[in-house]
Parts: sequence; structure tokens; C-alpha cells
Amino acid sequence: MSLFAAPSKEKVVRVTKFAVKDHEMVPEHVLLTPEEGDEVLKGFGIEAPKLPKIHVSDPAAREIGAKVGDIIKVLRRSTTAKQSIFYRLVID
Amino acid sequence: MRLSDKEVLERLDGLDLPQSIKEALQAGLQGAGVSEKQLEEIIAQVAADYEHSRVEPCEAVGVVAAQSIGEPGTQMTMRTFHYAGVAEINVTLGLPRLIEIVDARKIPSTPTMTIRLNQDYAHDRDLAREVAWAIESSSILHLGSIATDLAEMNVIIELNPGAMEQRKITSTEVAERLKEETGLSVDQKENVLVMAPEESSYRELLQLVEKIKRISLKGVEGIKRVVIRKEGDEYVLYTEGSSLKKVMQFDGVDPTRIKTNNINEIGEVLGIEAARNAIINEATDTLREQGLSVDVRHIMLVADIMTVDGEVKQIGRHGVSGEKASVLARAAFEVTVNHILDAAIRGDVDDLKGVTENVIVGQPIRLGTGDVTLVASKR
Repeated sequence: MSLFAAPSKEKVVRVTKFAVKDHEMVPEHVLLTPEEGDEVLKGFGIEAPKLPKIHVSDPAAREIGAKVGDIIKVLRRSTTAKQSIFYRLVID
Repeated sequence: MRLSDKEVLERLDGLDLPQSIKEALQAGLQGAGVSEKQLEEIIAQVAADYEHSRVEPCEAVGVVAAQSIGEPGTQMTMRTFHYAGVAEINVTLGLPRLIEIVDARKIPSTPTMTIRLNQDYAHDRDLAREVAWAIESSSILHLGSIATDLAEMNVIIELNPGAMEQRKITSTEVAERLKEETGLSVDQKENVLVMAPEESSYRELLQLVEKIKRISLKGVEGIKRVVIRKEGDEYVLYTEGSSLKKVMQFDGVDPTRIKTNNINEIGEVLGIEAARNAIINEATDTLREQGLSVDVRHIMLVADIMTVDGEVKQIGRHGVSGEKASVLARAAFEVTVNHILDAAIRGDVDDLKGVTENVIVGQPIRLGTGDVTLVASKR
């Protein structure tokens, strides 16, 4: 196995396929650690399934490597509040 | 003692207020030289005002949103087409478009894309035109003429060299594409192509002609037309037909600013959060175009409820309304008998928590003051 083959291939893929997160309509998605996720749930006083959902297959979720059960923090650009924070639970 | 701008900024940063209010505060306090005590007072006043402006708990925001979008909706035109919105391209506008958005139709009745170009391409008309031709789907009718020879039972295609040069395709490439798509042999003599159907019958011959006309020889399938328009100092392409994923990959196209009016397509290619933004933008634009202004918060609520489950869901029987927990609420909306019958068979229970079901049974709804019950404080 060549050490150089894998990264160079990755680079080629990235050049032809643009990153979803760069699109002006896609807000920033941040993957939370389980601890941060628990903190969020405790803050709202709810269980994880009560959060809004996002599919694992969602292009933006896939790009940050989210797995089922993770919580994603979305930093939305809002016309009223400038920035608003939204959480989504990754589902199948 | 007066506080420096930096100290004020630090103080504001830790506040639990929206970013926009913090920024407005900061702009107002810039160089004002307030004292610690004055700042404290200002912040307290702003925070109190902000708290006052917020929606009360138990306020029926959904009903308010429905009214706020519904009332201007009555003033919208019922006319679907005719409006040559952007440079000769027909787009559905007005009420039909608004309905299309909330119904989350898989494909809108007039799909269209707005393609913005890279820095190097955006200011050059010739380069912009080149991209347009590369994207636009070319059929045989764009490149020449097609005729049938009934004596010889074959199809004769005469290609126009000028048109081919413009669209950057050669007659050999055309012949190749036709061979690929029809599976028949193509007899090529310079710019004249001759093809014959497998069976020599009139029907087969005419069917072959129709088939050849439909083949996309070059460009992106589904993009029927591309129009170039100058906006400010850059050239922008508008298309009839939409294919986000394919068009994104073309040279010269700026993939970060490309747009389509097909919300489901955005959901698939860019994700659910982008789809939510698309719903907000499309609905706001549709209303604004008709000279109506609806507060964006109402539209945001609609977009949020449509995208809360991770996929774009319609407001209606097959979406938001159809998924209500209450049997009576669903029955009150559409297909009443089916819902009641199914609920009876399954033995469903209605907890009477929502508005509709409480109105039906004739008891106070659990909203506003109706939601409050006495709670004894724990010692």
C-alpha cells in the first residue's frame, strides 16, 4: 500500500466535488461530543428523541462525519437575531 | 469612572441576548463613555424591553402564522403563468407558487436555476455564453434539420456547421451520440447523417424521428434553455429546467452561489438546513414579488415545522397535518370518515390536548390562560 496514494486521491475528489458547507445557503454544522450533547439535553430538560432530526445521509451531516445518535449544533444566520443556534439529532 | 470600549464589549459579550441586539448596543455605546452604573442601567432596560417583545409562553404562534400568511394570500393573483419574470423565462408566481412551496411538491411546475459564475467568468460576456452553451441541452433541432425519405425508408439529418461550432460539437460526435442512444447504425457523410429503422415500416420510421428529436446530444439533460442576464457588473445565467448536482460541476460555475427553485433538490444536494433556508427565501420572494410583506418569523415557523424531521414535509394531509397525534384534529382537517373509522378499528385514544379537539368537544382550549392550572409550591 502506498502512503501517498490515499491522500492524493482524496484531493482529486475534493477538487471536482465541492464542499457542501461552502454553499451560501448551508449554515455551519458542528458535531457535538457526547458530553456536550448531554449538556444541551440537560439545558432543555428533554430526551434526545425530542430534538429535531437530521438524516445520517444528509450531505451536510455526512461532511462532518456524523453518526446515528450524535447531536449536531447548527449555527444559523438569522435575519432577526443575526445568529441563532439550533440542534438536530442524527437519525437513520 | 468611565468604561473603555473594550470593557463595554466584554460586558456585552456575556449577555444572554440575540447577537443583533448586542451589536446594536455596541454600536450605540461606541465612544459614549458610560460609567459602570450607567451601563448596568442601559443593559437592564434593553434586557427588559427584549423580554417584553418576546412571545408569551402558551401563545398560539401557529395560528398567528397561519393568519399572517393566509390573509395576504387572499390578495395574491390566481394567475399562474404569463409572467415573464426573468428574461423571457416563465416562472410560476403568486398563489400557485406559494401553494407549491407549502405542499413540498417533488418537482415545481416551472423548475428554474440561477447560476452565478466564478470571478474570471462573471465579467466576460463571451465566457459566460460559453458556459451557457455547455450547460444547455442541445437536441438535433438546435443543430440542423431532420427529414424522412419515404422512398428509401430512412431518416436524413442535415447538420448546420455554424450551429455545431457555436455549441462546440462535431458531426462525428453527433453520430456517436445517436448510435449510443438508438442502438442503430449511423451513416455519416460530412455533415449529413442517414439512419434507418430496424424494420422498414412508416410507423417505425416516424417513431425514430420522434426519438431522435428527444435525444440530448450535449449539455445537461433537463436544461431546456439558458438565458444570460447582466446583473450589476456580473453576468448571471437563468435556466429553464433544473439539475443542481450536474450544473455545479461545470467549469466557470460558482458552486457556492448556485440556486434552484426546486426545494426538494436543494434538500437532497445541500441538506435539510439549506432546504429550510430555501423555503424561507422562496416564500418571502413570492410574497414580496406580489407587493406583500409578511414578517419573516411566521415563514420561519412554517419552514421549521416542514423540516423538523430531517426531510422536507408538506403542510397537509400527507405531512404536518396528517401526523397530528389527535384523531379529532386529523378528522377535522381532511378525509374525516377515514380517520374516525381507522381510529375506531385501532381503538385510538384522544387526549384532548390540542386546540381543534377541544373546540370540537366544546371545552376551553389549553392555550394562554386556559393552560394554567394551580401548582402548589414545594417547601
